[in-house]
Amino acid sequence: MLAFAIRRLVQAIGVMLVVALISFVMFRFVGDPVNQLVGVDTSPEDRAALREALGLNDPVLLQFGRFILRAAQLDFGISYQFKQPVAALIASRLPATLELSLVSAVLALAVGVPMGVFTGLYPRSWVSRAFLAVSLVGVSLPTFLIGILLIFLVSVNLGWLPSFGRGTVVDIGFGWTTGLLTASGLQSLILPAITLGLFQMTLIMRLVRGEMLEVLRTDYIKFARARGLSRRAINFGHALRNTLVPVITITGLQLGSIIAFAIITETVFQWPGMGLMFLQAVQSVDIPIMAAYLLLIAFLFVTINFIVDLLYVAVDPRIRLGGARG
Amino acid sequence: MPYVTGEEARAATAPSDAAAGRGPGLLARLRDNDVWFSFTRSPITLVSAIVTLVLVLSALFAPLIAPHDPFDPATLSIMDSFYPPAWTGEGDPRFLLGTDDQGRDILSTILHGMRISLAVGFASVLFAMVLGVTLGLLAGYLGGVVDSVIMRVADVQLTFPAILIALLIDGVARGVAGPNSYQDIVFGVLVLSIGLSFWVQYARTVRGSVLVEKNKEYVLAARLIGLRPWTIMVKHVLPNVLGPVLVIATINLALAIITEATLSFLGVGVPPTQPSLGTLIRIGNDFLFSGEWWITIFPGITLAVLALAVNLLGDWLRDALNPKLR
Repeated sequence: MLAFAIRRLVQAIGVMLVVALISFVMFRFVGDPVNQLVGVDTSPEDRAALREALGLNDPVLLQFGRFILRAAQLDFGISYQFKQPVAALIASRLPATLELSLVSAVLALAVGVPMGVFTGLYPRSWVSRAFLAVSLVGVSLPTFLIGILLIFLVSVNLGWLPSFGRGTVVDIGFGWTTGLLTASGLQSLILPAITLGLFQMTLIMRLVRGEMLEVLRTDYIKFARARGLSRRAINFGHALRNTLVPVITITGLQLGSIIAFAIITETVFQWPGMGLMFLQAVQSVDIPIMAAYLLLIAFLFVTINFIVDLLYVAVDPRIRLGGARG
Repeated sequence: MPYVTGEEARAATAPSDAAAGRGPGLLARLRDNDVWFSFTRSPITLVSAIVTLVLVLSALFAPLIAPHDPFDPATLSIMDSFYPPAWTGEGDPRFLLGTDDQGRDILSTILHGMRISLAVGFASVLFAMVLGVTLGLLAGYLGGVVDSVIMRVADVQLTFPAILIALLIDGVARGVAGPNSYQDIVFGVLVLSIGLSFWVQYARTVRGSVLVEKNKEYVLAARLIGLRPWTIMVKHVLPNVLGPVLVIATINLALAIITEATLSFLGVGVPPTQPSLGTLIRIGNDFLFSGEWWITIFPGITLAVLALAVNLLGDWLRDALNPKLR
């Protein structure tokens, strides 16, 4: 178990280094950092002095080392667009994205799991077929289209919910602003959360359904029925428990997709989060923000994958006993 | 599944073939093929195939069948702007689906936009397929270090969602090429970035199939008579592993179209002078609130129908070619 953990840790560090390299190359060599930071009428001598001061004339390896050191201290340089430290910019937008992602993940689980259980237990009922049809649509439609359709139906035609922004937010310390404590904040959260969560929800529903169908066919379920256990005890006590392990691991791995699709959802609803900032950075070629975003996202993914891998091995004894994973 | 015995096959042969002592002709064999059988028996698949065909053909012949030319400034008149669809009260029968803010006919823009969407979609799938199949062949057949490196890269890339990769490549290309020359290469960059996010699936599938085929006798025979590895890979192994690739390609096509639409919607896709469906949706989004809903809803519906139809076709193909379900 320990050897496995160490191996995965080394792999994770390797991936981070590769991403850091890509990030550094982007940061240093795409466009000219000095040109971005100074005005048009700065003299060549001042530019050369700035170049020296920023350490841009040192050997590349040294610059890379410095880059990694600074990144570890959360210093990602200055944004070209906003002329402010990137770390501060990201920190100010982080709460918005995290709240949106977490709420939609919870929503997807809360709706997807029961729907999956239902369609797994009663596959022939027309309700199940309706759910499956909806799930097919949920997988085929692009996220931004779902957002636009929701805005069109709910905001424009019915006027029930706002369609952009975060509503009034409350500052609860540590620089974390939350929209969950105000009515307008909650209202603004509903449509984006549904848009972001729909894809996850259909995925979870199909997964739970598939797992339930498989588990219900197994021998130990047949024996439980033969022993006369109540349907509820079988379905929830035994079948559901076994379907939850893959569901949780897949949901954890899907966190990456949520962050990516958050970019789209934030654009449609003008949600002031990290994703929208990243998109604006791509459009205006603001390299420091792009590089920092890449590093942060990579770190998040690698960490999540690492934890999920460890969890999987810890929970499923078959993997531990089976020796090294392929 | 219709299983045709030898006598039935000979009985079903056209008289001319039977007289000449040949087996059933090509047409007869195609008609009895079980894949065709499952195709004609499933109404959903038939409908989605017809829909896809209609959409693709209308996109292909867009310049011929579009009622107006939306890109010729001479034919546009600002007086024609904001006409609602023809069946509503204030519509104009010349513009079936209404016009946008510059007087362009929505139906024509949709036809041309679908052309661009499909072109980019097909091109990226083709690129991903060529890249993925080649790398998969190399990894599977050569094994060893080549295999490890390619699979390592694939694993790292799989941790990141496609949108993120596409956005990053686009941003870097923007920075490297500068805003002027970027416009020239934008289609290439788009195809590259979308294709690069999809190659892994092909590579993995092909590698798996190659590993199986590698141990078969015909490969051994080819090696014994001294054929070079490249010849063996391309002429003998490749045709046998292409089946699943086709399934992946069809399912990927829907995803590629959606990804391109998303990138265009976000503003980092095709240039506004040659709008795809995603661009049209983005442009129309601004007018959603002032009541001109048709500018964004009709392209949206077209995109949704296209993606759904291709998705359904891919689903059917996957089930029809799946040996486990036969």
